[in-house]
Amino acid sequence: MSTNVLKAINITKHFYDPIDVKVLDNVNIDVNRGEFVSLVGKSGCGKSTLLYILSTMDRVYEGQLFIDNELMSSKNGADLAHVRNEKIGFVFQFHYLLNEFSVLKNVMLPALKLNRFSPEEIEHRAIQKLELLGINKLALRNAGQISGGEKQRVAIARALINDPLIIMGDEPTGNLDLRNSQIVFDTFKQLAEEFNQTLLIVTHDLGFAEKTHRIVEMEDGKIIRS
Amino acid sequence: MKLLASIALALLQARRKQSLIAAIGVTFGITMFIALLGFMTGLNKMLDGLILNRTPHVRIYKEVTVNPNQPISQWLRSTNNYHFIESVKASNSRVEILKSNEILSSLSKDNRILGYSRKLSSPAFFNLGSIDIAGFLNGIDVEEEVKYYKFKDYVTSGKPIDIKNVPNSIILGKPLAEKLLAEIGDNIQITTSMGDRFQLKVVGYYQSGIADFDKTQSFTSIATTQKILGKGPDYLTDIQVKLKDILLAPTIAGEYQKKFNTNAIDIQRANAQFETGTKVRNIISYAVGITLLIVAGFGIYNILNMMIYEKMDTIAILKATGFSGNDVKLVFIIISLTIGIVGCIAGLLFGFLFTFFISTIPFNTDALPTIKTYPVSYNPFFYFIAFCFSLITTFLAGWFPANKASKIDPVEIIRGK
Repeated sequence: MSTNVLKAINITKHFYDPIDVKVLDNVNIDVNRGEFVSLVGKSGCGKSTLLYILSTMDRVYEGQLFIDNELMSSKNGADLAHVRNEKIGFVFQFHYLLNEFSVLKNVMLPALKLNRFSPEEIEHRAIQKLELLGINKLALRNAGQISGGEKQRVAIARALINDPLIIMGDEPTGNLDLRNSQIVFDTFKQLAEEFNQTLLIVTHDLGFAEKTHRIVEMEDGKIIRS
Repeated sequence: MKLLASIALALLQARRKQSLIAAIGVTFGITMFIALLGFMTGLNKMLDGLILNRTPHVRIYKEVTVNPNQPISQWLRSTNNYHFIESVKASNSRVEILKSNEILSSLSKDNRILGYSRKLSSPAFFNLGSIDIAGFLNGIDVEEEVKYYKFKDYVTSGKPIDIKNVPNSIILGKPLAEKLLAEIGDNIQITTSMGDRFQLKVVGYYQSGIADFDKTQSFTSIATTQKILGKGPDYLTDIQVKLKDILLAPTIAGEYQKKFNTNAIDIQRANAQFETGTKVRNIISYAVGITLLIVAGFGIYNILNMMIYEKMDTIAILKATGFSGNDVKLVFIIISLTIGIVGCIAGLLFGFLFTFFISTIPFNTDALPTIKTYPVSYNPFFYFIAFCFSLITTFLAGWFPANKASKIDPVEIIRGK
């Protein structure tokens, strides 16, 4: 049993609009279990594009992507949705909670979709995750009524609910003040060190990156340091 | 599925006002559809009833015609000669149905038949002083008429059964009675076409709604008419047959014509125009109703489209966390169907209430003595059609926006910020 969680081989992607631009050029990347990897680079170097390919949301690319040693490139939309549901947790730059639901329900949704546990069990687990992040007192509040830093922590709880293989983050601290950034970072760090959680975080905050296990640096669609 | 439904519900609640307006659109469409069809069909049935209640499905009678088989042609057939006889007239022709007893006993064995009523009709003059008013004397079996042709509904004063129970009695068409200044209980005098005079006691008025018809009609029992005409108890001019299935009338009429060697006409041939009118009125009401529902469908379509633009983030996040395109599509179709079904059920209810309200509006007309309020129909078929159609419209109205939502690329939305 390999400890490889994510493996990308020769990923190449073009943007054709407005002109043909090669955003990713033969990118190879490996992430092993328990690693806390940050992906850094200047704006427009293709790091977010790469992350969306690695997350299976972007399906238009050349090359091969393995998640948990399974080839993703040949799967259809519904199967990929299932992979995202089960194996990947997301944290975005903007919180992206569903304002129609309570905090608790937001955290529960991906698990209800996965349907591995009963709703009661899922609720119990969701509360555990919220406790882990120290925000269990917000559980019954409406998602629209909490602060930005709290939202981001709820989003992390949501990312954790299905015990994913890997958590991916796209500038998760990009929209937060220093104090909240620190809280979010500490949370990631704690997840990596205490729970052996694999993390792949895109950031342009070098201070953030330096504190991770491994830094992958990109420039002009190529990886220059890994 | 339950999860998708709960998401759909949450989205609906987030746009409560718009959802409500969309549902009201459907409710309005269905209400009007039900009320319109109920009202139109009620009127149609009443108008059809004017004819159907009085017109037998198959009428067996004897037409006065010239015998096509004239003796001279029989004689000429074997020779090369021809004749110059013109203007051949019918002579001594009988207006009664031959062997009426045999026909009646054969009819009562036919199980396609609901029933029949015997009738004996003859022209007569009603004497008003020295003036004679031309009209018709109809000998009827009042019980059969009441049973199969709603005779009772059209007798506005007096009891129909009196013409059987009171000897030498008559029910007059109301306008005719007014002309004759005949009150109930008065005696009037009639003259038959043979010149015989007869005294009859007025026991009731008859009003069908067709004034010209009422002006000339009168009813007595069969026995009384036979007595007036001086005929025997077998003498009948019409046998009016009511069928179980009106659509069989043309076939059965043809069959009887051959079997009984007499004339038989079916209701479709006798009243071709009435069916056309019914059809056209039905088409109009369905067209208006369906238009209303389609308009309601567009309302749903608009609101869902708007909702999808507003909820792009939600859709993106659902997809990012593992909901597939089909799941998203289902969510929006559930939203649309929920609006549709809620709107439709309210519409069916309001439609029923509205129809009921119409049925309480007074509607008095001399032409229709039995009608006191507007006639309506509560045919469950309309409710069924309305329900099905609203499901189809709302499903389609939801399908297109839902399809669009399912194709939203989460990357574009998430990166677009």
